[in-house]
Amino acid sequence: MAVLTRTPLASPGDLEQMRAAILSSRPAGRREIVVCGGTGCRAAGSLELFAALERELTQQRASDRFALKMSGCHGFCQQAPLTVIEPERVFYCRVGRKNLESDVGDMVQALLSDGEPVRKLLYRHPVDKERIVHYEEIPFYAQQTRIVLRNAGRIDPRDIDDYLARGGYGSLAKVLSMQPADVIAEIEKAGLRGRGGAGFPTGRKWALCRAAADDSMRYVICNADEGDPGAFMDRSIIESDPHSVLEGMAIGSYAIAHGVAPAQGIVYIRAEYPLAVETLTTAIEQAKRLGLLGENILGSAFSFDVKIKRGAGAFVCGEETAMIASIEGRRGMPTARPPVPAVKGLFGKPTNINNVETWANVPRIIEGGADWFASIGSGESKGTKVFSLVGKINNSGLIEVPMGMSLRTIVDEIGGGVPERRQCKAVQTGGPSGGCIPAALLDTPVDYEHVQQVGSMMGSGGMVVMDEYSCMVDVAKYFLAFTESESCGKCVPCRMGTQHLLRILTEITEGRGTATDVETLQKISETMKDASLCGLGQTAPNPVLTTIENFADEYRAHTEDGKCPAGVCRELIQFTIDQDKCTCCPQCVRACPVHAISGEKRQPRSIDQEQCIRCGTCREVCKFDAIMVS
Amino acid sequence: MAPVARETDIVRLLSAYDRARQNLIPILQDVQEQLGFLSQDAVGAIAEHLQISENDLFGVATFFTQFRFTPPGRHCIKVCQGTACHVRGSGLIMEELSQKLGIHAGETTSDREFSLERVACFGSCALAPVVVIDDKVHGLLTPKSADELVDEMGSRRDETVSEA
Ligand SMILES: Cc1cc2nc3c(=O)[nH]c(=O)nc-3n(C[C@H](O)[C@H](O)[C@H](O)COP(=O)(O)O)c2cc1C
Repeated sequence: MAVLTRTPLASPGDLEQMRAAILSSRPAGRREIVVCGGTGCRAAGSLELFAALERELTQQRASDRFALKMSGCHGFCQQAPLTVIEPERVFYCRVGRKNLESDVGDMVQALLSDGEPVRKLLYRHPVDKERIVHYEEIPFYAQQTRIVLRNAGRIDPRDIDDYLARGGYGSLAKVLSMQPADVIAEIEKAGLRGRGGAGFPTGRKWALCRAAADDSMRYVICNADEGDPGAFMDRSIIESDPHSVLEGMAIGSYAIAHGVAPAQGIVYIRAEYPLAVETLTTAIEQAKRLGLLGENILGSAFSFDVKIKRGAGAFVCGEETAMIASIEGRRGMPTARPPVPAVKGLFGKPTNINNVETWANVPRIIEGGADWFASIGSGESKGTKVFSLVGKINNSGLIEVPMGMSLRTIVDEIGGGVPERRQCKAVQTGGPSGGCIPAALLDTPVDYEHVQQVGSMMGSGGMVVMDEYSCMVDVAKYFLAFTESESCGKCVPCRMGTQHLLRILTEITEGRGTATDVETLQKISETMKDASLCGLGQTAPNPVLTTIENFADEYRAHTEDGKCPAGVCRELIQFTIDQDKCTCCPQCVRACPVHAISGEKRQPRSIDQEQCIRCGTCREVCKFDAIMVS
Repeated sequence: MAPVARETDIVRLLSAYDRARQNLIPILQDVQEQLGFLSQDAVGAIAEHLQISENDLFGVATFFTQFRFTPPGRHCIKVCQGTACHVRGSGLIMEELSQKLGIHAGETTSDREFSLERVACFGSCALAPVVVIDDKVHGLLTPKSADELVDEMGSRRDETVSEA
């Protein structure tokens, strides 16, 4: 890579010169074949696809006519593996799933002959079945506003040149000639709020940390712990555009520390994200080599370096004080505030922690201006939010939308609705700290205020869609099993509260619930909210409270009638096959893991209740709604 | 499987770290990457290097789910427990694999071929339900296809055995 031979850039002018050189080495209209290398596409074979394309281009002696590169996540993991042809933005999906060699051959042929795109690889509209050629015309993307994900899927995250070619580090250069206080004022004016969950105004947070009385150090931390199960926004941002996060951190550190204390950056990243760690490590090295991180950045008096700390698998370490304890080499347990980390944090020094997505917004705000940013979004929630839209939804993947968009638009239009013509029952937001928003409230605008009004939380951006086959009591139990095992045990309300909530929910789902259970759940929940030490215990009851409030009849069905209407809680259900609806196809027979379904040809199927383990797999695969639950 | 490092390797590894408390977790991660687990000997050596008690070290190491104190199997099967995986049936996959291998989550088969683990979330939610075998992500599974994946691993072992 060209970067290796370059010397550190000594001024903002040097940066612009280098950018110009990169751009002029890339003639306009240069065609690129961009293969997605996100985790989802890799799982679907994009590394093999990349290798096959490389071979085919060599064989056709076309390697120098097209730039073949691997980008980070495009978000539409459902259609993996993805390949985009630039600059036309032809969108190919599911490439090589059926026949890698022929798909690759056809693709290269279409490029070489400048002919029509390969039809069979184009996205098919789920409703009218029309093939769609271009990225932006696909319904999944059409409704999105990509600010944070602006570079995702367009640049090679392992090549800083790609980032520079799209204006990268220009915001940092601009900031270096500003007063730190003005940088903070700009972020405040933009209305940026923390994307890690609580939505605290970012500018105000920076100002607090800057104002701390200590002049020996400012620690500036990026929270990439992403503990919320069912969410992958932060992983994706780092894997697809790591320099945006680093540039944001450098800008923040300048605003917080320049002129008052030295600054040290740390990215605290989840253990289960090896690819993100690797990508970020490369990005830090490349930025350092160009003098965009390290001593005297771009020839200024400002120095800033970033280290990576890998988490070791504890949800509570996403909480600021617990994270600090674990970086110091102790058990990751939260401590009481005050003192707040901004005053006395890591190693006793003033510390500022922001979420990955918060940091990635910063360079965009400096570039576009506070007014531009504040014009996007709604009310007190400015800008966009990235969500991982998953669960029972047709188009699952990563999306970015302006705040204030209704849940309905997200689920129906971007998400393409619920599969198998089933009904959406609820959408879970905010992970273990959040709640279940029922289908009746789908018109709720998704922003900090409104989501909270309906009892849930914006959280970090997990959005899990549930359908009729999801049991809300089971969902509450799932989250409590999570928080119970992740509770650090330090404070009693959380330690005992989660245990009792989980025990009662388990009893209800196993048919041993009583009429007073719901009331007991509510009482324990209130105590936990009031008395727990940190956010984990304070918010752990939310999944219970919101499901009780919105799905009281489902709880009643369990406790009073001994039934699970959704057909999930095994002790309470029995599956049978509707002999009239059964078409005698072999789907359920094949799918049954315990061979409990009879398989004689052209005979309606039936289930042996003795053998059946009530897993519901047959119901999932049946295309004719013939599997009944009672 | 991780190469089995010898004691001298641990000593060499430790010498790269200052004797500072904040290095404890990175050291534990490093050692586990080398050995596959935290052996009693390694724990002793680390405690001595950092001049903390073994008790203290265990206190930290057991707090985090990443660390294990018994050797892993030759193949490590991790079943994702994320929310998206849960609503798409990861519980059934765990049950199926647990039954198939005759072990619970957190255990290793007696022939040391397979370990079965729960992981909170891999962040591959769009592919739910997900199982990661030896660091390769497998998505959109059913109990049956998960079962077949493990069979494949098993038959690959038979091949290597017969070649040997
Ligand atoms: C139990 C618990 C877990 C948390 N996990 C995360 C997390 O995984 N990622 C994150 O960014 N914030 C997490 N937070 C919120 C952080 O403590 C903190 O508010 C956030 O990182 C601040 O950044 P922001 O202002 O940019 O949102 C968690 C909070 C609690 C109480």
